[in-house]
Amino acid sequence: MSESPETLVVEAGQTERHYWRDIWRFRELLGFLAWRDIKVRYKQAVLGIAWALIQPITTTVIFTVIFGSLAGMPSGGVPYPVLVLSGLLPWQLFSSALSGSSGSLVSNSSLISKIYFPRLLVPISSIAVALVDFLIVFMLFVGVSLWFGNTPTWHWLFLPIFVILSLFAALGAGLWLTALTVKYRDFKFIVPFLIQIGIFVSPVGFRTDFYPSWQPLLSLNPLTGIIGGFRWCVLGGHHVVNIQGLISGILIIVILNVTGIWYFRRTERNFADII
Amino acid sequence: MSAITVENLGKRYVISHQLRQDTLRDSIMEGLRNMTAGLRGESRPDKEDFWALDDVSFSVEPGEVVGIIGRNGAGKSTLLKVLSRITEPTRGRISMKGRVASLLEVGTGFHPELSGRENIFLNGAILGMAKAEIVNKFDQIVDFAGVEQFLDTPVKRYSSGMYVRLAFAVAAHLDSEILIVDEVLAVGDHAFQKKCLGKMRDVAHQSGRTVLLVSHNLGQIAALANRCVVLENGRVKFTGDTQEAIPIYYGHADAGQKQWTVPNPPAGPHLKRVRIQTSDPGNIQAYHKPLEFEFELAHPGGVPDACFSFQIINASGTAVAHLWRYSAEGSFAALSGSTVLRCEIPQVKLNVGLYSLRTYFSGPPGSSFNQMVEPELNFEVVRLDKPVAFGWRSDACTYFEDATWKLSST
Repeated sequence: MSESPETLVVEAGQTERHYWRDIWRFRELLGFLAWRDIKVRYKQAVLGIAWALIQPITTTVIFTVIFGSLAGMPSGGVPYPVLVLSGLLPWQLFSSALSGSSGSLVSNSSLISKIYFPRLLVPISSIAVALVDFLIVFMLFVGVSLWFGNTPTWHWLFLPIFVILSLFAALGAGLWLTALTVKYRDFKFIVPFLIQIGIFVSPVGFRTDFYPSWQPLLSLNPLTGIIGGFRWCVLGGHHVVNIQGLISGILIIVILNVTGIWYFRRTERNFADII
Repeated sequence: MSAITVENLGKRYVISHQLRQDTLRDSIMEGLRNMTAGLRGESRPDKEDFWALDDVSFSVEPGEVVGIIGRNGAGKSTLLKVLSRITEPTRGRISMKGRVASLLEVGTGFHPELSGRENIFLNGAILGMAKAEIVNKFDQIVDFAGVEQFLDTPVKRYSSGMYVRLAFAVAAHLDSEILIVDEVLAVGDHAFQKKCLGKMRDVAHQSGRTVLLVSHNLGQIAALANRCVVLENGRVKFTGDTQEAIPIYYGHADAGQKQWTVPNPPAGPHLKRVRIQTSDPGNIQAYHKPLEFEFELAHPGGVPDACFSFQIINASGTAVAHLWRYSAEGSFAALSGSTVLRCEIPQVKLNVGLYSLRTYFSGPPGSSFNQMVEPELNFEVVRLDKPVAFGWRSDACTYFEDATWKLSST
């Protein structure tokens, strides 16, 4: 060996030291875990990609009928299916990333109890599947948009910002939930419940920019800002972005992630013992 | 400098004697109960510290193969988990020089839906190999596992043998200065175990890597490790040569009892007491060393033409030897009283394994007196005289024949 091998020191309470360096070292594993999840998800499903489409299409139809036709919510000149789908896109990205990451530690328990790697890789890698599903639905959205005559503008270039925000919102909450699920399996039941409620609390089936008085309350939900921003990007001039809502959303996301990482790191060392 | 240095290592688990607090409700209820108990000034001794590892220190030199042996619950697995950084120590310090790969299970992270090829990459990455490294060794791995034809079949369709072969093959091709292995050789069929053992030996002896090996199969330990750490109740009992360590491990195994007295003896003639004198402490009998048995017979009123014999029974219940002493060869027990019979086997040729006894004390053929006893005593035969390539296996044969080999080339 030409290079002198480095020395690894393990000490009580000292595992922190190499943590971030280890994350970098294990970056290939991050890729492999994400690739595994994607591969497995599409492997045995005969309809494969179709599954990623069936759900948003159904939801779009139902929401268009309920909010658009029955409740007669204002669409501001945007075809209602386009309005719903443009809200559904970031919402689905968030919700599938959240359910993926919050269950990720428990579903990888065999790995966690048998091998060392920075545990943060698990919830992070689980988000990749959501991103792939998102891209599939996005294709659908582009098709539907063009069909209804909603052509792309330069606003679309800002989309990645909101995709990333949405992923971080999911990751921040997911870090908390997945670490809590290791100890309390109750949280396994809380996540589907949250997601079920969230789709109605978040402005997926309706638009918020016509109800300024509700804005402060709605802004407590970081998804409000993200969905608003998303619509600003893809609906051209038909949607204004609520800067205050967006900023408070970003703030909440930052807080979620910082505290999420803190809690995750704090409980991580016991995962193998209690999982 | 040592490759691995472990200093005063301790790992504590808190055992809760109350409800398992796996659900939120349990935790909340528990919290309330503790609070009310606290208000009433009671202390609740419902938690107990358990030290799975306590003050463990040892070091391993580069290129050494060290075995870790101990009974179930001695702390072997915890030690490996702490060494592989899966769980954090409560006290102490470990320093390891070089890349560490640990193999606590064969096929960690294998996904049943993925193909053999995909799993090689996934498992390799999980074990800490870089992608380029896996690509380089891919053919060797496939070759070793012998699964060329099934590379693109999901591993859930593999036979369990193929699965294990593939999993071991990936692990065996890890390049690291330090390798930590737990029991993994206890997999696959006999032929594959041989192959694994051979591979392990290459890893250990030729590549100059440091290996830490845990196994219950002492034959494997004896064949691979030159030094052993014996753990007992989380503490180091002994560190040193494998040849010395194995008897120490056995010495603290179950039995270790040398003498057995028959409980509730009958009024008539009977076996009173059995004693086994093995070559090593702890009822360990080394192969080819003398072994002595002592039987005390009580014969109130005397037994004319008495016969005494005993069988040595192996772990599968087969009587592998029969030894006897009949009055025809010199009368005994004819008068009232008691007699001690000693029987020495000068060179034990029994195969390795656990043995027990069955004794017969009777009058001459046709007599009405016949007592059969199975003493609650056993002894274990080990071979420490020479390591063999495939390890000593208790199911290989029942005994060894002394023989000489002659070679001539034609």
